[in-house]
Amino acid sequence: MRAEAMRPAADEERWILKLYTAGQTPKSLKAYENLKRICEEHLPGRYQIEVIDLVKNPRLAKEDQIVAIPTLVRKLPDPLRKVIGDLSDTDRTLVGLQLRSAAGGRQS
Amino acid sequence: MVREAPSGAARVAASLPKAPTGISGLDEITDGGLPRGRPTLVCGSAGCGKTLLAMEFLIHGATQFDEPGAYITFEETEEELAQNVRSLGHDVERLIAEGKLAFDHVHVERNEIEEAGEYDLEGLFLRIGLAIDSVGARRVVLDTIESLFSGFSNPALLRAELRRLFRWLKDRGVTAIITGERGEGALTRQGLEEYVSDCVLLLDHRMQQQVSTRRMRVVKYRGSRHGTNEYPFLITEQGISVLPVTTLGLNHKVSSERVSSGISRLDAMLEGGYFRGSSILISGTAGSGKSSIAAHFAAAACARGERCLYLAFEESKAQIVRNMRSIGIDLEPALARGLLHLEASRPTSQGLETHLAQLHHRVNDLDPQIVVVDPVSSLAAAGTDADTAAMLLRLIDFLKGRGITAMLVSLTSGDGALESTDYGVSSLIDTWLVLRDIELAGERNRGLYVIKSRGMRHSNQIREFVITSEGIDLLDVYAGPEGVLTGSMRIAQEAREKAANVSRRQEVERRERELAVRRAALRAQMLALEKEIESIDAEARIASTESTAAESIRADARIAAATRRGSEDEDEQ
Repeated sequence: MRAEAMRPAADEERWILKLYTAGQTPKSLKAYENLKRICEEHLPGRYQIEVIDLVKNPRLAKEDQIVAIPTLVRKLPDPLRKVIGDLSDTDRTLVGLQLRSAAGGRQS
Repeated sequence: MVREAPSGAARVAASLPKAPTGISGLDEITDGGLPRGRPTLVCGSAGCGKTLLAMEFLIHGATQFDEPGAYITFEETEEELAQNVRSLGHDVERLIAEGKLAFDHVHVERNEIEEAGEYDLEGLFLRIGLAIDSVGARRVVLDTIESLFSGFSNPALLRAELRRLFRWLKDRGVTAIITGERGEGALTRQGLEEYVSDCVLLLDHRMQQQVSTRRMRVVKYRGSRHGTNEYPFLITEQGISVLPVTTLGLNHKVSSERVSSGISRLDAMLEGGYFRGSSILISGTAGSGKSSIAAHFAAAACARGERCLYLAFEESKAQIVRNMRSIGIDLEPALARGLLHLEASRPTSQGLETHLAQLHHRVNDLDPQIVVVDPVSSLAAAGTDADTAAMLLRLIDFLKGRGITAMLVSLTSGDGALESTDYGVSSLIDTWLVLRDIELAGERNRGLYVIKSRGMRHSNQIREFVITSEGIDLLDVYAGPEGVLTGSMRIAQEAREKAANVSRRQEVERRERELAVRRAALRAQMLALEKEIESIDAEARIASTESTAAESIRADARIAAATRRGSEDEDEQ
């Protein structure tokens, strides 16, 4: 399990993101890179990414209802959101994380 | 642990190992169970019993065959599933606690998920793998994996992943059931049959003439022989029960023991009674006395201490007891001793399959020596003719396989040949009695004859039978130029014979009297002759006495004369 150091944020809510992978597959690595890039751009200083390798912890797949790999779960803020895939489609990732509405406008 | 499957399965098992389902009847039609180590597709429309079948497969595996199982459900939660089978007496929670079953509810909510780029279903693989490893599962159920198609937007990818999944399940060597919803023009909506090609079971639930009927068919079973028909199945308190023709071959045990029909003259017609374990059909028109013959048979069996199951479809229990009492058959003692089980139900109250399944269960519970179904013809009301014929075939086969003597009563319509039964079961029947009304000289009378009785010599005569307050009695046969004489013609014939008897007796008496007179006359003659002899004798005696007396007189006279002469001589000298 790898954990990204969280940079403290003063004014806005904290984001807790979990990225579920199954081993270090190309798709997983790509997803992590894409996620990091998006977070740096949209949530600088107020995000935390936890990468969970389900090969090491298969139990968590059942507990967190993971089927597809890779899956990104927005734990906080509520409500829970899931984005699956290698996140190469940035727009859809942003929609999935509700960082941008489906119409295209960026959220606060 | 591999349990030997019935019939020829052991032979096949050498080439294709099987995992028995433990579901009654299913193992027979699949010749031993599902293909071991391979996936089987179970498809059917909603509510046809797929989930229950899959669940029973796992539960029986865990409890009877020492094969733990993993249940991966895509639709219902663990709690819902546990609840569903609790009513069938299965304690799923206990099996989970004992480490014999593992559950995982895979829940995919489409509107919670955004797809952004490439993905695979490795998470699902890991979860199935975990469920398998946690209990050492040998059996896996995926119910209903097609739900995934509504959770993800990329069907091509899903197909590829499912193909990989089934391959992977095979590699893991688990026996799997994959359920699928029936699709339009295809077995499953997503064409899963393309991927799961070893064994496909199709379940069906349809309404036929307002009666619900469940059917099962083995669409495909690679490398194994299997029954190809549609088999009715039921969901009962005991779970799923498939009703196969009990054996794919004819391997009944045969007995040469005779059982009495309860009517001694009928026994005589059959040279001692029915064979034990044979099937007897009694057909006849309305009111011809079929039930009475059946009741005689049942009462006789119970009197011997045998158990009898009597299924009545037309009369209530109380009615049968009353009616049979009126002809001298008291069923009460047998009922009281628990030997006779008289069960009345409306034929249309359930589908044919349910009737058959209930009969199976009752036979399993009671283990009777004799089963009477009165009448089988009314079952036709609960299904089509073809269904009825198939059901009767199963019924006869089942009872024969158990060595139970079965008496089936069949009502035939008045027109047409009595010898043809509507349901084509006659070829399965060992002994066939036909009761018919004989209309002659303005009367209807009851006649009985044996159409066939396999394996025994039997009378070929039509007997008249009468129902008296002491039961059924078969009467002597009077064959006249116009056929068998019955009723008043028989009585007239009897009267003629009686009259002839009387005159014959009178003739004899007359002759006897004549002879007596002659005897008396002769005797009198003899007496007279004897008297004559006596008188002759007496005469003879008298004569002889007289002659003696005369002799002596003569002698005296000679002496006297001599004396006289002597004195004269002296004088002369």
